[in-house]
Amino acid sequence: MKRRDFIQQTAAASALIGLGGIGLSSFKSSQKKITVLHTNDVHSHIDPFGPEDGRNPNKGGVARRASLIESIRKENPNTLLLDAGDIFQGTPYFNYYGGELEFKLMSMLKYDVATIGNHDFDNGIDGLFAQLPHADFDFVSANYDFSNTIMDSHVEPYKIIVKNGIKIGVFGLGVELQGLVDKNLYKETVYNDPVESAQDMSRILKEDEQCDLIICLSHLGYNYSHLPDKISDLKLAEATKDIDLIIGGHTHTFLDKPTIVKNLEGKNTLVNQVGCYGINLGKIDFYFDSDKNKSANGTSIIV
Amino acid sequence: MKNIFLLTCLTFILLTSCKSKYLYKIEGRQIAITDSLETKPSIEDYIKPYRIQINKSLDSVISYAKNTYSKADGYLNTAIGNMMADAVYEESNPVFKSRTGQDIDFVLLNHGGIRAIISKGNITTRTAYNVMPFENSVVVVKMKGSKVNELVDYLVREQRAHPVHGLQIVIDEELQLKSALVNGKPIEANLTYNVATNDYLYSGGDRMTFFKPNDSLYVLNYKIRNVLIDYFTKKDTIAPVIDDRFYQTKQ
Repeated sequence: MKRRDFIQQTAAASALIGLGGIGLSSFKSSQKKITVLHTNDVHSHIDPFGPEDGRNPNKGGVARRASLIESIRKENPNTLLLDAGDIFQGTPYFNYYGGELEFKLMSMLKYDVATIGNHDFDNGIDGLFAQLPHADFDFVSANYDFSNTIMDSHVEPYKIIVKNGIKIGVFGLGVELQGLVDKNLYKETVYNDPVESAQDMSRILKEDEQCDLIICLSHLGYNYSHLPDKISDLKLAEATKDIDLIIGGHTHTFLDKPTIVKNLEGKNTLVNQVGCYGINLGKIDFYFDSDKNKSANGTSIIV
Repeated sequence: MKNIFLLTCLTFILLTSCKSKYLYKIEGRQIAITDSLETKPSIEDYIKPYRIQINKSLDSVISYAKNTYSKADGYLNTAIGNMMADAVYEESNPVFKSRTGQDIDFVLLNHGGIRAIISKGNITTRTAYNVMPFENSVVVVKMKGSKVNELVDYLVREQRAHPVHGLQIVIDEELQLKSALVNGKPIEANLTYNVATNDYLYSGGDRMTFFKPNDSLYVLNYKIRNVLIDYFTKKDTIAPVIDDRFYQTKQ
């Protein structure tokens, strides 16, 4: 077969598939769905809680999470899997293996991106670095400057993932380490202002990278009602723009449903967190349409 | 050929003009991970050898408890608390001395930090994890006698069996301080004392605000749990008792 013929036939076939799959009516309007799955503060909880546990009997467990994620991916292959930090510390798995198994399992579950929590420094920044070969996923942090540490060049401010033609920008934010983590552990890691970092990120991802969806992986904490000046996910959402979703961690906050916050431009930003210990999986579905009119009155949020 | 050309055009239009880029709907929810979900066998099989190895290590017998010891047994001092404070002294003092040439004067921990009982019979590594599931480490604070007096006032006020070693406090029937001794001697306001505690309390946990300001802080990087594991490993049997390190005189 000549090359030209091959291209034409392939094109014809795909056009037919396209027409058959979505029907003629959707020529005017075609839809895409991106599913974002997320965890936070899993804290080395690999095994489920036992039936006798006082708080979370029979809950959690990586092998169960794996089957759930697998079934969601079967339903929608355009699925992202993210973690908002504090992967380490909480069970003997961490004390004995230093996070090796946590990273290996997350790789097997095909996590795409994670950010770094304060407890991920618990074996020192060297301890975190030592486990990186076991992680087949990326770490992002926009406000931790690792230039003078062993982690330099192993953490990017953001990561761009394209799923079904939708460009998704994911950036990370970490909590202030001073007073929370021993300096001997985080060493020369520099903490920069999360709001400024987030503003830089949203500008780069929206204007330069032209992302269709912007997600912040935050380990700042959901909200600190007794510390009005402390930065949190709710305050971050109010102080920024163009961020569609903030996936939080650190405060082990169990929410009945994701929180909708008005951002700097009065638009909606979704803030979510799913407690801790792998007890829950967050699932946020984003629906895109070619028809601009569908989103003319803003994006509808169903939570 | 004409048809193919038309279809190619159609494909081109489909792929370019129908770009689905306008976000119009977001649906968010949370899915609980419960036992109703299937356990993925490949993941479970991967975890298994790690679990077996950890359990083998955690269940290895390192000592023997003569009785069952609970933090609920005792008024101002408990056998299990006394054992923990003694262990912190015995295991940390050599570390501290090798670094500073000085000795720890006394130890203060917190009653709430004892997270499980020790049951009569074999003591395993798991026992140490149960008693001390947190990652807190030993710190030694060099503090003035005047601050030690604040520490004593706190203990008298609290009337809780916060574990101590090297410190003896007696309160009278009216719950007032009768005497406070560090290694058998009265506390002198102008002397400095090396007080071992954990980093949680040093940071003001349990409202223990007297550790700051201080003269120096020594971070030993020695987890309380590892103190217990090392202590148990050295002892064939543990048989702590309630004693007179913190008590109330009777009329």
